[in-house]
Amino acid sequence: MAALNIKKGSTRKSAYELRDPNAEIYERHTLAVLVDNEAGVLARVIGLFSGRGYNIESLTVAEVDHTGHMSRITIVTTGTPAVIEQIKAQLGRIVPVHEVHDLTVEGASVERELALCKVSGTGDKRVEALRLADIFRANVVDSTLESFVFEITGTPEKIDAFTDLMRPLGLVESARTGVAALSRGAQ
Amino acid sequence: MVVQALKDQGVDTVFGYPGGAVLPIYDEIFQQNDIRHVLVRHEQGAVHAAEGYARSTGRPGVVLVTSGPGATNAVTGLTDALMDSIPIVVLTGQVPTFMIGTDGFQEADTVGITRPCTKHNWLVKDTSKLSEIIHQAFHVAKSGRPGPTLIDIPKDVQFATGTYTPPAKARVSHYQPQVKGDTAAITRLVEMIETAERPIFYTGGGVINSGPGASQLLRELVEATGFPITSTLMGLGAYPASGDKWLGMLGMHGLYEANMAMHDCDLMINVGARFDDRITGRLDSFSPGSKKAHIDIDPSSINKVIHVDLPIIGDVGHVLEDLLRIWKARGRKVQKDALAKWWTKIEKWQAVKCLSYTNSDKIIKPQYALERLEELTRGMDRYVATEVGQHQMWAAQFMGFEEPGRWLTSGGLGTMGYGLPATVGAQMAHPDSLVINVAGDASWLMNMQEMGTAVQFRLPIKQFILNNERLGMVRQWQQLLHGERYSHSWSESLPDFVKLAEAFGCKGRMVKDPAELDDAIKEMLAYDGPFILDVLVEKHENCFPMIPSGEPHNKMLLGDASTDDAIGSSGAVLV
Repeated sequence: MAALNIKKGSTRKSAYELRDPNAEIYERHTLAVLVDNEAGVLARVIGLFSGRGYNIESLTVAEVDHTGHMSRITIVTTGTPAVIEQIKAQLGRIVPVHEVHDLTVEGASVERELALCKVSGTGDKRVEALRLADIFRANVVDSTLESFVFEITGTPEKIDAFTDLMRPLGLVESARTGVAALSRGAQ
Repeated sequence: MVVQALKDQGVDTVFGYPGGAVLPIYDEIFQQNDIRHVLVRHEQGAVHAAEGYARSTGRPGVVLVTSGPGATNAVTGLTDALMDSIPIVVLTGQVPTFMIGTDGFQEADTVGITRPCTKHNWLVKDTSKLSEIIHQAFHVAKSGRPGPTLIDIPKDVQFATGTYTPPAKARVSHYQPQVKGDTAAITRLVEMIETAERPIFYTGGGVINSGPGASQLLRELVEATGFPITSTLMGLGAYPASGDKWLGMLGMHGLYEANMAMHDCDLMINVGARFDDRITGRLDSFSPGSKKAHIDIDPSSINKVIHVDLPIIGDVGHVLEDLLRIWKARGRKVQKDALAKWWTKIEKWQAVKCLSYTNSDKIIKPQYALERLEELTRGMDRYVATEVGQHQMWAAQFMGFEEPGRWLTSGGLGTMGYGLPATVGAQMAHPDSLVINVAGDASWLMNMQEMGTAVQFRLPIKQFILNNERLGMVRQWQQLLHGERYSHSWSESLPDFVKLAEAFGCKGRMVKDPAELDDAIKEMLAYDGPFILDVLVEKHENCFPMIPSGEPHNKMLLGDASTDDAIGSSGAVLV
């Protein structure tokens, strides 16, 4: 029955698989969670993710219904399909959570993120930064003689591409909001 | 206002411990006679007592403790209640609102600390919301899958006056878990029942939480279909142990026939259980040939550990009622011949007599002690609590439970020190019943201060201590798994339990001769007051049967099997 023969009084290592057998089938899902805007609700959601070992790639939260005191939390998470199902069920158990929507499976949706990027430089680099910003439809929201702050909106991938291009041109720092998402269509 | 809200919720007993931040509430308690307050000796004891009260009555247990250490001492009990789905409402005091965040005396971030160990908690900053929140807390604790809730009340909020909201006007609208199961899914389960050749019911604490009606429906269903039934530790008593379809408890220390039947079945009907790791053993070999149906009120229990073929989300009572109705309407069909063969197979497993042990006339075997306790108390109006460890498993194996709510044990969290305060709570709720705590010496010491509570409130609880001077389960694992290196698993300088009983103002007796055991138990039962029976048992007895960590159900160790090298390398990391 035993995999190893363990002699009485022996010491031995505990050998166990540390590799994640599901590494290949991770999926990325965007969840929209409607909650009562009450003290501690964000801590409940975040605590659920850290306590049960789920991933958060991005998280945004703001009150969307001022009369009903409802906030919308948009979470981008990764996990195996079973873990994603667990995350949704666990979120649904939190008392101030009203609705949990998985935008990734509930039909088409749009995702947008806003970033501010500070790029400093002079001469050709400065001109090139401005030209690329134009291509990405980024706006200049602050300018000095040796720097710009660009405002850019788009999918996370577009913002990644923009910051990658700006890095050699003098990207000093950037701030990103995280993903906001809505389903497409009339409903 | 707090006391009024509790009265309107039908609360008759509160377990608590006063302190600076709850003095205004204690002042109100002093000036009324409707609610009894039980002064415990430690806040953990208060929460376990409330759990014992809740489990034995079906009504939420209520706890009142002070801020800071009062609240942090309650954390273990809260976590225990969350894991075992026990409805309790804990009220904690807090420093005044204007002092929150200043590291005031006895200040702790109670809602922050207890957020992961409650179903929900509230910090009340406005007296006008206090009564509504108390009603909401009871609603949340009782609805859906039950659990603990906590209300943190700053001292200035306790002093201030506000408008009282009666229970009927409290807003609880959006938290309404689904109780009715999906009819199409239930019909599908009926079809599976009609065609199953080797079915088994695997039931859990959800049946008991669903109320006595659910247990009744389960009994009716089991009798009508003739299917065998096993249960988790938490579900004991939902189906009577004397029933002829009863296979006994399943799981790591469950019965051979129950585990073998789980492994070989073709239809597993999980009723209010959650595929805990103590039940499933090795996941990839868990009941490989079966279709699995799972009835649970908590959607997050579905497919959490084991993928099931047919999930039914709903309250056990409601679902079983629909299930019975539809199955009867379709002509009460089962595969009679196949079922008879299945029972023949099960009878062969039963013939193994997995609970047999070698008795002795020189020293008391723990199994024998429990057999005698069972024999001498069977049929009595009896509640049994346990601590955690070998004695708990032996009690589950050797004692029979005929009714739900008669068995009080810490299953999910495995909290040593649960049993004694749980008997305090159960005896408060049932003053005329026999309430016994089957304990180990080590667990019992963890909350032994509660004997003071029992004496003060004249609670005739019976402490049945199986004393092996060891941490028995730890010792057993060290023997099987760690090369017999018994690291810190024995107790030197144990107290003299008889003198301890006298010191507390109750009675005790020590027994070590098997011939005197019956007499000792009878003396304990006859004594009108708290009693500690110190049963000196065999020190190195192991608890069998046992599924070693990392092994499937059909690789059980029986009592006389060789236990060397029982656990494989991958099992060694599991607890």
